[in-house]
Amino acid sequence: MRRKISLKPITLFLLLITFVSFGQEGHGDGEQKTDLKTEIKEYIQHHLQDSYDFSLTSYTKDSGEHVYVGFPLPVILWDNGLKVFSSSKFHHGESVAEVDGNFYKVHHAKIYKVDGVHGEIIEDDSHHATNEKPLDFSITKNVFLIMMVLSMMFIMFRRMASGYQKNGGMPKGLGRILEPIVLYVRDDIAKPNIGEKHYKKYMSYLLTVFFFVWIVNLFGLTPIGINVTNNIAITFCLAMITYFITTFSGNKNYWKHIFWMPGVPVPMKIILAPIELLGTIIKPFSLMIRLYANITAGHIVLMSIIGMMFVFHNWIGSSLSFVLAFVLGLLELLVAALQAYIFTVLSALYFGMAVEEHDHDEAH
Amino acid sequence: MEIPAIVGAGLVVIGAGIGIGRIGGSAMDAIARQPEATGKIQTAMLIAAALIEGIGFAALFAV
Repeated sequence: MRRKISLKPITLFLLLITFVSFGQEGHGDGEQKTDLKTEIKEYIQHHLQDSYDFSLTSYTKDSGEHVYVGFPLPVILWDNGLKVFSSSKFHHGESVAEVDGNFYKVHHAKIYKVDGVHGEIIEDDSHHATNEKPLDFSITKNVFLIMMVLSMMFIMFRRMASGYQKNGGMPKGLGRILEPIVLYVRDDIAKPNIGEKHYKKYMSYLLTVFFFVWIVNLFGLTPIGINVTNNIAITFCLAMITYFITTFSGNKNYWKHIFWMPGVPVPMKIILAPIELLGTIIKPFSLMIRLYANITAGHIVLMSIIGMMFVFHNWIGSSLSFVLAFVLGLLELLVAALQAYIFTVLSALYFGMAVEEHDHDEAH
Repeated sequence: MEIPAIVGAGLVVIGAGIGIGRIGGSAMDAIARQPEATGKIQTAMLIAAALIEGIGFAALFAV
């Protein structure tokens, strides 16, 4: 007990030392300060983007050599035939890759075709590249993490399931942690929103989407720094799956409530039909935007505040930013789970609307 | 005089903040009155807050 207390001042001292040394680093002129700011901005931009290689970190040696820590991922292009090569050919976007007489260059995290080894990206007035873009099926950082999470989830839940069979229904190991969450999704999300009668059909999707979004969000907060759900294409696909399940499981009542709302006068029915029809698209659209925007905004704010630690030239500002970043990090942990929860609840709500049965009269 | 878009975004965020604050406050009142309904109230609160949050983000991304 005594030992624990005596550790506190040492920790505090070490923390302060760190900040003081950070503060001293930046005692340059004004120009250096703006350089630092642009560097932080670029770093955040880079963090939010997908990339063709899996890089954990990079640093510059004293000799001026830039060292990257990480490994390349396969690039798969369709450009008059399938072209597969390693992303190490791009040298982290610094050089042009030559494959079977074709030249490719990475520009703003996208692959473009260029004329030769020294080919340049030609931009139009609004800074959009005019070069030809081959069809891109590459295993990028995001795709890599999705595959990793999916195989992880598959192994995890398969082992859990076989564990239940062997132990006669008793959870063991990881199952003890995950069982309450699975039961929560069933009893507090699926049952009240979809209803006792139909909920079983949708449990597999709800559980998959809940754990997928949650684990992927948590991976975004680790120092690996791969942020999958801030890619709008991925949230779009998740929302599309919800949309298709809702649409295809819609019963007679669901479509009746969209096209010919019962219980309102006829002119009102005509006005309501297009609004309701639009509503079916707005629902998954808001699912997509909500997840994407929450995660993106959270990461931008968190990284900006971490960056502020280096911008401040005194230890008061830096330590305040550190505390703020720490608290915000905890908040992001909450948001990671909350967004997975919200996505699942709203999906369940939409499924519930689609399968709802009206036994009562049309008076509502 | 032209008002910059960021001012509008700020106004929307203020509105969203008031909205979420009111939802949270009302949920607190409701839980204090009926502690046994805490679970249901929390679910409804989170859904409503998420819907408002969407508007706030839409404004931020419009800038």
